Amino acid sequence: MIGAITSLRTWKRPPVLLKDPRWRWTILLGSAIYLVLAISSVEVNWFRVYEGLERGWKFIQGFLSPDFNSRWRDIQAGLIESLTMTLTSTVAGVLISVPIGLGAARNLAPLPVYTICRSIITLSRSFQEIIIAILLVAMFGFGPFAGFLTLTFASIGFLSKLLAEDIEGCDSSQIEAIRATGASWWQVVNYAVQSQVMPRLIGLSLYRLDINFRESSVIGIVGAGGVGATLNTAIDRYEYDSAGAILIIIIAIVLVVEYSSSYIRRWVQ
Amino acid sequence: MTARTHTKLWQFRTPKQYMLRWAGWFWLVALTVFCWNLMTADTIWAFVADAPRQASDIGGRMLPPRWGYLNQLWQPLWDTLNIATLGTLIGVIIAIPVAFLAAENTTPSRHFVRPLALLIIVTSRSINSLIWALLLVAIIGPGLLAGIVAIGLRSIGFVAKLLYEAIEEIDESQVEAVRATGASGTQVIDYAIIPQVLPAFWGISVFRWDINIRESTILGLVGAGGLGLQLQSSLSTLAWNQVTVIFLVILATVVVSEWVSAKVRQAVL
Repeated sequence: MIGAITSLRTWKRPPVLLKDPRWRWTILLGSAIYLVLAISSVEVNWFRVYEGLERGWKFIQGFLSPDFNSRWRDIQAGLIESLTMTLTSTVAGVLISVPIGLGAARNLAPLPVYTICRSIITLSRSFQEIIIAILLVAMFGFGPFAGFLTLTFASIGFLSKLLAEDIEGCDSSQIEAIRATGASWWQVVNYAVQSQVMPRLIGLSLYRLDINFRESSVIGIVGAGGVGATLNTAIDRYEYDSAGAILIIIIAIVLVVEYSSSYIRRWVQ
Repeated sequence: MTARTHTKLWQFRTPKQYMLRWAGWFWLVALTVFCWNLMTADTIWAFVADAPRQASDIGGRMLPPRWGYLNQLWQPLWDTLNIATLGTLIGVIIAIPVAFLAAENTTPSRHFVRPLALLIIVTSRSINSLIWALLLVAIIGPGLLAGIVAIGLRSIGFVAKLLYEAIEEIDESQVEAVRATGASGTQVIDYAIIPQVLPAFWGISVFRWDINIRESTILGLVGAGGLGLQLQSSLSTLAWNQVTVIFLVILATVVVSEWVSAKVRQAVL
């Protein structure tokens, strides 16, 4: 009766992740050491930061009272470049990535074709847009054409990879059924695969349209056309009210594209 | 005798569907051609025709990579890793409260706080980290801090969006059960919601870290430190054989971080 009271234990919540305490402590200690090393290697000129706060405040003011008028011609030209680049590169990207996606699906393509298509995808996905843009601007000169090529190249990797994964995830019984009627390869693709992946392909294309617009506002910084160049100039000249206007336009367009694409995707599926 | 003409042939789609489809495709093609013409109005085709020669020229300059340059890259590489990691940390720390304020089942007020949280998410998401870096370099001066803050600001939207979607998808019965024990608001979050979203949270954070490694390699282009700074100086001195080395280092970093992130996500989810 006296000993019973000591055997009562309070409930302690079990850890959700990393059940083994040794692992938990190793990871905790490791991250603590890393944090100390990392933070100590960051040199910060606090005086410069303090000086900059005033500029930051000016930028916030510029953002809150944007100036659309005084640079409107430049902004308009940049926006037209961005939007046209976005649409044409998405269309070109879809057109090229459909055959590559078909070739990269293991259930439709023979091994040699599969390997070639997969390496194209890896090549396109391993470098990001800015780096591709630097190279293409060096080759094709400044302007939206280099941007168009950049975004097309980046879209190919993204779209073909997801499309190929989707084709591989297709219901194989439907493919089997169409094949059993004596259909050729084209007919199998047309009647069994296309009907299954089409809604998703449309969804992916719209999603890529969204990404391409966002990227098109950036690659201008390295000279590939679009509203990024205008923004870069505005910030370099400390015209924060014009920069704020450009950012607000970018955010608004991204919102419109995102909402309308999610609406269309719901309607398609 | 005329019975044959009345048998209805099977068709893939009804005539109305055909018409609608053709109209849709027609407008898409028309719009694309229009955009293409608008975009290429100022393109100098002589430069485009010249591109293969330029490409082979640059390729020739790039090709024997200057391996000795690698020794100057270790410090920028360490800086890049720090920008990505510390930036992710800042982003995640700010994203957690934003996500709880934005999720429909945990937000304190559906009409005031939730739209505000969603606005933060949209603003952060639609502005690319390179643009954030551009702004921050102008505001707080060039250096690692600008890069870290840029990555942090960009990560908030991404992490908060995925996290609030995870919070909205939790099993409500567990929340109900914990609440039935008389738990307070914070205890409900601590014991019913956090254990459910914790794996998703780690998955999202590591995923974002992986993306941030990619993005932080180029932030230096606008002066925010890391490998991009070396890239910028090599590009401006036309030292293409150094550019090759930097590209290879970036590629290796990206591949390693992708592998790490895939492993961690596999372990967590």
